[in-house]
Amino acid sequence: MIEVSRLSKRFATPVLRDVSLRVPTGCLYGLVGPGASGKSVLLKCLAGLLRPEQGSVSVCGATLGDLDEVSLQAVRNRIGMLFQNNALFDHLTVRENIAFPLRRRGVSDESEIAARVADRLAAVSLAGFEDRMPGGLSGGQKKRVGVARATVTRAEVVLYDEPAAGLDPVTSQKIFDLLRAEQRESGATVVMVSSDIERLLTVTDRVGMMLDGELIFDGTTDEALTSTHPVVKQFVHGEVDGPL
Amino acid sequence: MGSMTSTDDSLAARTGRALLDAATDAGGVSILAARLLQRMVPPRVDGPELWRNLHRMGVRSLPIVGVTALFTGGIMVIQAGVLIRRFGAEGLLGWGAGFATLREVGPILIALMFSGRVGANNTAELATMVVTEQLDALETLAIDPLAYLILPRVISMVVMLFVLTIYGDVLALAGAAWMGQGLLGVSTATFWNGFLETIRVWDLATGLIKSVLFGGMIALSSSHYGLAVTGGAPGVGRAVNASVVASATGIFVVDYLATYVLQ
Repeated sequence: MIEVSRLSKRFATPVLRDVSLRVPTGCLYGLVGPGASGKSVLLKCLAGLLRPEQGSVSVCGATLGDLDEVSLQAVRNRIGMLFQNNALFDHLTVRENIAFPLRRRGVSDESEIAARVADRLAAVSLAGFEDRMPGGLSGGQKKRVGVARATVTRAEVVLYDEPAAGLDPVTSQKIFDLLRAEQRESGATVVMVSSDIERLLTVTDRVGMMLDGELIFDGTTDEALTSTHPVVKQFVHGEVDGPL
Repeated sequence: MGSMTSTDDSLAARTGRALLDAATDAGGVSILAARLLQRMVPPRVDGPELWRNLHRMGVRSLPIVGVTALFTGGIMVIQAGVLIRRFGAEGLLGWGAGFATLREVGPILIALMFSGRVGANNTAELATMVVTEQLDALETLAIDPLAYLILPRVISMVVMLFVLTIYGDVLALAGAAWMGQGLLGVSTATFWNGFLETIRVWDLATGLIKSVLFGGMIALSSSHYGLAVTGGAPGVGRAVNASVVASATGIFVVDYLATYVLQ
């Protein structure tokens, strides 16, 4: 379970203001909102990459702000994350990129590593790409390798930042379907940030909407679709006229 | 008068910003050095990363360092040729070439080549990794980026610049001996006799101590500029530019101080 309480964060200007949020275990939570509304910053706070100035973030029962570096690393071992830019390691092959989290978490049996890499590559329809370098992959292929790496450790919490950014509609839908299937199979708690709200809402259990660093809506997907909140209604239905 | 004041203000503001930037960078390099030292007690270095960097930073620099060193030796002989001929001082060629190569020219030129090839590449790689969130990805995988990425690079640069300086010194002297025979008719025996009779171990040690200082300075500044990048892809170019300028300037500043201290 993820619990965020009265979280505030600022860089030059405030980017998160008093955000409180609860994501139940096994829930696929979609985080939406206009650009620069604080979604990715909130996701990085959940991963422990950014420390809040005020408030608290609790993941897997641990309050991240209270942890020293060693304890924080232990919590991070229970988190998988897909970054907006995929963040594949350029100097490693596809196989080594996916195997990397396993090796770093102490899996040393090469046959087990090979089997799990093959399983992940088959799941993202990239079998046979093991020896390719990230620089030789298309945007969609990189994204799928990123998904494979984020899920290879069967983490309890998985965070996806724009998993379909820059992809064509068909590939986008395939990615969302894949992530939904992964989450159903693993039972992981998932938070997914996406600007592709139409497709995102086809896979989420709950949805939160950010605006100017504040969480202005938190509810089920059905509640989001039928919300009368003018901003939520305009954003969810992609209407041109409205307060945004 | 008003425009003068405005110009003065603008100049003062620009100077102030430049000083603040320089202080920020110096502080950033110092903090990075302190954080790396923390990770050396006890040593937390990723072995495969260390070997990978030793190979690509050192072994792959051999051709460019070799060519630079050979020609440097040759150039020194051409420059010294006029005086050697005029005074018939063939016996001094080995001393002159050896003294200049071991103490100054070898370490400085090899460090400048190393900075241009390895330091700039290091900044570009790290900056790209920051921009594409690869460092964040390492942290989410519970990996300390300083121990995994930076420390092996710093160690590799210091070690390999030391080794490359020895290699370059040998080739520069070989180039000088070869050119001395070809251009001035000074036999290699005369060259090496002059060299061995006059050059002290301290002359060699001075250059090698400098190479270690240069290696540390290039490693820290190139890593700092890579890690501190902002502004996406255009920021990578700016970081590389700043890193090359800072490293080249730093080499001469460190050389001046080291020469003064080691005199």
